[in-house]
Amino acid sequence: MVSPGEPLLEARGVVKRFGHVRALQGADFTAHPGEVVALIGDNGAGKSTLVNVLSGVLAPDGGEVLLAGAPVRFSGPQDARRQGVETVYQDLSLAPDLDAAANLYLGRELLRSGLLGRLGVLDRAAMRREAVGAFAELGVVLKDLTAPVASLSGGQRQSVAVARAVAFANRVIFMDEPTAALGVVQRARVLETVRRVADRGICVVLISHNMPEVLSVSDRIEVLRLGRRVASLTAADTTIEELVGAMTGSLDQPADAPASAWSPEEPR
Amino acid sequence: MTAGTGPLADVTSDSVPQWLRRAAGVNELWTFVILVALVVFFSIAAPDKFFTVFDLTQIAVNAAIYLVLGVGMTYVVITAGIDLSIGSVLVLAAVAAAEYNIHHGGATAGWATVAVCVLIALAVGTGWGALQGAIVATGKVPPLIVTLGGLGAALGLAELATGGQDPAGAAAADLQNSLGYGKVLGIPWLVVLAAVVTVAFGLVLGTTRFGTHTLAIGSNPAAVRRAGIGVGGHLVKVYALMGLLAGLGAVMWLASYGTTSIAGHSTDNLKVITAVVLGGTSLFGGRGSVLGTVIGVFIPAVLNTGLIVIGVQQYWQDVAVGVVLVAAVYVDQLRRRARERS
Ligand SMILES: Nc1ncnc2c1ncn2[C@@H]1O[C@H](COP(=O)(O)OP(=O)(O)OP(=O)(O)O)[C@@H](O)[C@H]1O
Ligand SMILES: [Mg+2]
Repeated sequence: MVSPGEPLLEARGVVKRFGHVRALQGADFTAHPGEVVALIGDNGAGKSTLVNVLSGVLAPDGGEVLLAGAPVRFSGPQDARRQGVETVYQDLSLAPDLDAAANLYLGRELLRSGLLGRLGVLDRAAMRREAVGAFAELGVVLKDLTAPVASLSGGQRQSVAVARAVAFANRVIFMDEPTAALGVVQRARVLETVRRVADRGICVVLISHNMPEVLSVSDRIEVLRLGRRVASLTAADTTIEELVGAMTGSLDQPADAPASAWSPEEPR
Repeated sequence: MTAGTGPLADVTSDSVPQWLRRAAGVNELWTFVILVALVVFFSIAAPDKFFTVFDLTQIAVNAAIYLVLGVGMTYVVITAGIDLSIGSVLVLAAVAAAEYNIHHGGATAGWATVAVCVLIALAVGTGWGALQGAIVATGKVPPLIVTLGGLGAALGLAELATGGQDPAGAAAADLQNSLGYGKVLGIPWLVVLAAVVTVAFGLVLGTTRFGTHTLAIGSNPAAVRRAGIGVGGHLVKVYALMGLLAGLGAVMWLASYGTTSIAGHSTDNLKVITAVVLGGTSLFGGRGSVLGTVIGVFIPAVLNTGLIVIGVQQYWQDVAVGVVLVAAVYVDQLRRRARERS
């Protein structure tokens, strides 16, 4: 178990290259249990890449990732998931031809008991039952649980992806723009859920371009620019202007001091 | 807590119109309507002759092998793949079994030999399928090309082994008299076997984890990979299943015709893929059913008999099936695009 002050998930000097593109150039990241951390940055700053490294999708070219204080090297997303780290991907990663329950349990299907289960027969009734509960928690009403996910609205699809992560995570959830396609009501529900999940002691890492949303829901904000962390701020005493300034670098002091004075993280 | 109220009730409240709307959208339903319409049309067009010539048992016997192949092809197509090699794999498996049979008693070989021959045919088919699946799973060569190469290579090997001539004594009389011509409760063994295979793998596709993963891979392989499912391994299994069923098809062929028919299987792939697509399985993957394939196998069979009965040249069957096939894919494509726009 992690003691309260200790980070649950930490990245130190992570480097990731795609050919000539250096998406992460020594990025740091810190997240504590029970905390909502917003990860912000301009388009192309490296947010998705960092999340992919931290969730086991990509192997870093350099630096290290620590989970509960111990260095980890996830062999893949399923390895991360086994260790309680779930992700809501920007592209949602759903199978559009399958129904919501099948997507919720993709790769973790519930089987019947006894011989049928041994033969791999699914317990669809149980999966649907659980799915109804999981979606209800997000305030999602699915008229027809047997309809393929492709026939759902964008917001409902996003809710399916969020519900899947929330249902299984017990340490960290990454959400790459989880509210991007949502209407006002569903957006509020997802943010409500984010808080509720964090209160369970799970760490929620939220990527978002919506600054008011970031300030209202998160405890801390980490700012990424050009593949590096340039600021780590407490939401309570930060303004939108400061966030934008850190993201764009306009608040940077000129010449040889690259980060602004209030930034506790000084990229070398 | 407000979040938990309401939704539970809403899920089931207006399920009846949903059910109706969905039934209308089910592919198999439309294909089944076409099949029934054909039967009705032919029985009206030739009321006295159709049902006498339209011997369901005979049609089922003719369709049995295509049905077995079609079941495997349904799985392959659902993964957004294709297997062009099935006819050649069937021939190669038949030749391998035949060679063993010839050297172990020929037409008068005993049951032990028959059993070994069956195992050889199944093993050759499964092995060939698994090999193709492994190449497909690398993601470096598209299934169309892998299995087109497999089509040529398997047939070539079969011809090398036999010098291109169908060998005499390919099947034991015991095999032919049992599986080939035998009946149980008046139903030919071939039909029983095909029905068992169809029901079993229909259930596997519809109710098991293996089936769900097959559909999911065709729907979004990246998502499946992220969900921790071994996509490559699953593809190997699916193509191996196709090979296994081609091997079974070889056994059925030997049993009913007693010869390897090396030159007689070059259009099996087209017939089977047509049946699968007619049955509503999407060539783009992610959607399909074994039930649909059953209907898809019987449409050409009924057309064939029907056209003979009403005195139309049966070559029209090929024309009709071709047109329907293109139309089926066109509709599938339209539906997919409509869905993506929503
Ligand atoms: N698979 C890849 N191959 C090549 N380049 C990539 C790849 N993934 C990301 N990049 C590059 O790495 C950089 C960081 O991309 P990333 O997707 O992490 O940004 P982001 O902060 O998530 O942006 P956005 O806000 O647009 O989602 C970009 O320059 C991008 O073009
Ligand atoms: Mg991104």
